[in-house]
Amino acid sequence: MPDAQVLKALDVSKSFGMVTAADGITLEIQAGELVGVVGANGSGKTTFLNLVTGYLRPDRGRVLFMGNDCTGVPPRAITKLGIARSFQIPQLYTNLTVLESLLLSLAAEAGEGVAFWRPLYSQARISPGLELLERFGLRPYAHRLASELPEGGRKLLDIALSFALKPKLLLLDEPTSGVSIEDKFQVMDTLMKIVAESRLTTVFVEHDMEVVQRYSRRVLAFDNGRVIADGEPGRVLADPDVRKAVLGRV
Amino acid sequence: MGAWMSWTPLVGAALLVAVPAVLPDWIVFIVALALAKFMAVLAVALFLRAGMVSFGHAMFYAVGAYTVGFGVKWFGLRDIVLLIPLGALLGAAFAALVGLVMARYREVFFAMLNLAFSMMLYGVLLKLYWITAGTDGLSAGLPTFLGYAPSRESLRVFLYYTTLVVTVIVVFGVYRFLASPLGFYLKAMADNEIRIEYSGESVRHVVYVTYVLSGALGGIGGVLAGFTVGHIVPEYSFWIQSGDFVFVALLGGYTSVVGPLVGSIAFEFIRTYASKYFPNEWQMVLGIIMLAIILFRPGGLWAIYEEVVGRFGRRAREAKRA
Repeated sequence: MPDAQVLKALDVSKSFGMVTAADGITLEIQAGELVGVVGANGSGKTTFLNLVTGYLRPDRGRVLFMGNDCTGVPPRAITKLGIARSFQIPQLYTNLTVLESLLLSLAAEAGEGVAFWRPLYSQARISPGLELLERFGLRPYAHRLASELPEGGRKLLDIALSFALKPKLLLLDEPTSGVSIEDKFQVMDTLMKIVAESRLTTVFVEHDMEVVQRYSRRVLAFDNGRVIADGEPGRVLADPDVRKAVLGRV
Repeated sequence: MGAWMSWTPLVGAALLVAVPAVLPDWIVFIVALALAKFMAVLAVALFLRAGMVSFGHAMFYAVGAYTVGFGVKWFGLRDIVLLIPLGALLGAAFAALVGLVMARYREVFFAMLNLAFSMMLYGVLLKLYWITAGTDGLSAGLPTFLGYAPSRESLRVFLYYTTLVVTVIVVFGVYRFLASPLGFYLKAMADNEIRIEYSGESVRHVVYVTYVLSGALGGIGGVLAGFTVGHIVPEYSFWIQSGDFVFVALLGGYTSVVGPLVGSIAFEFIRTYASKYFPNEWQMVLGIIMLAIILFRPGGLWAIYEEVVGRFGRRAREAKRA
């Protein structure tokens, strides 16, 4: 398969007062890639996701998605274009059931999100919805409120809600943060299996080097709002500069 | 519990159908008025689900009532079957206009902006004497039903059953609305607007569509109340009326469609009896009831009922087993 460029950032910069959260970020993501983004707290990882998804507007530079300029396009429009994201702190509908939440994503994907006469619970949606929950290991919770999920489940549902939108690019913000050490790899195994099966271009932000090492095929290291290294995990994570920036030691 | 619950709507509907046959005229009047107001209460309840409160929905209620007033006065239009959809349409149109501003706001701004718009309408209705007759108000006159003019004696019953039929249609319509993706987004809004936007949907659109629907509901309620009471005054748009709608939604419980219905009927009776037995303190009675509801059963009367039925159902099952 020839490389097709999905995302391109050109000199993207953003400052908050004196703090430069993104400092001339330039990078490309090709179709089918699985990219891990590492960096210490405050290195600009999440800011980068916020810039790509339109939550923040860059002060300078451009973001191209599938070759089209989408700099500063608001989140809703970005989502419609095909970029979906998950959140470090799961963004769920706590008073809806797990299945209802997912059905809403499926309805949105089908362009029926604002239909006000057809029922949410349609047969055409329920079985794919349950199937998707099965893949995410959430089937047993289908009829429970989202607020009743354990933390790992909350993370998975947050990602499932984005995945159900059938994006062309999936951005995951710290998929394992807040998940216990025992569950961490299980959550990642589940996710990576789904991503691999659907050949979805995925970028995940992660501060846990072990997770990045194990699951990504390419790593971008962030420090002070810049990309300081970009390449295959073994090489990037062994780089003394990266180790110093991310771990604070070599 | 299942068997008990599935009978409830039928029993409730049967009771409502039986009202004019078995109860005196003044009660028929009270229930008809309660049903008319229920539609406006339902409009308010929709927003309560989304975590938003409106202190101005009486404006749509007034639009409906004045549709009747002007319809009769200017066009000699007094057919209720025509005026109901017309009131719904004008209520919706008014909401479509006001909603352009309202859909941008949440929380206290939404509450107070609604109040502001309703009081502006109140001011207009009050001051434009040569058009609206100010506090003298307009007379609704006697309605016809698809051209048929019932006798004065049977009018009350005709009006009652018309209201009841409209109630059934409204309950069905709002139920469908709440079961739709947009209805669920409305509920989801209270939890998380960010996730909705990141699903590619517009929260503002959800609010706007709901607002237009709520305007239509208020309009229908206003038409029916206008005919039931017979006299249309600017107070229809007054903030106390809006406050009543919020009060009733909380009293009955806003998480279901039935809650506001139960609340409306209960409210009219509480008010009638409270003002009969405590003529000077009846508002205090309402206040105490509200306090008790909020403190002990924030789900409202309907939640209390569900709880009681649940307990009875459990006891019945246990008795069966024993």
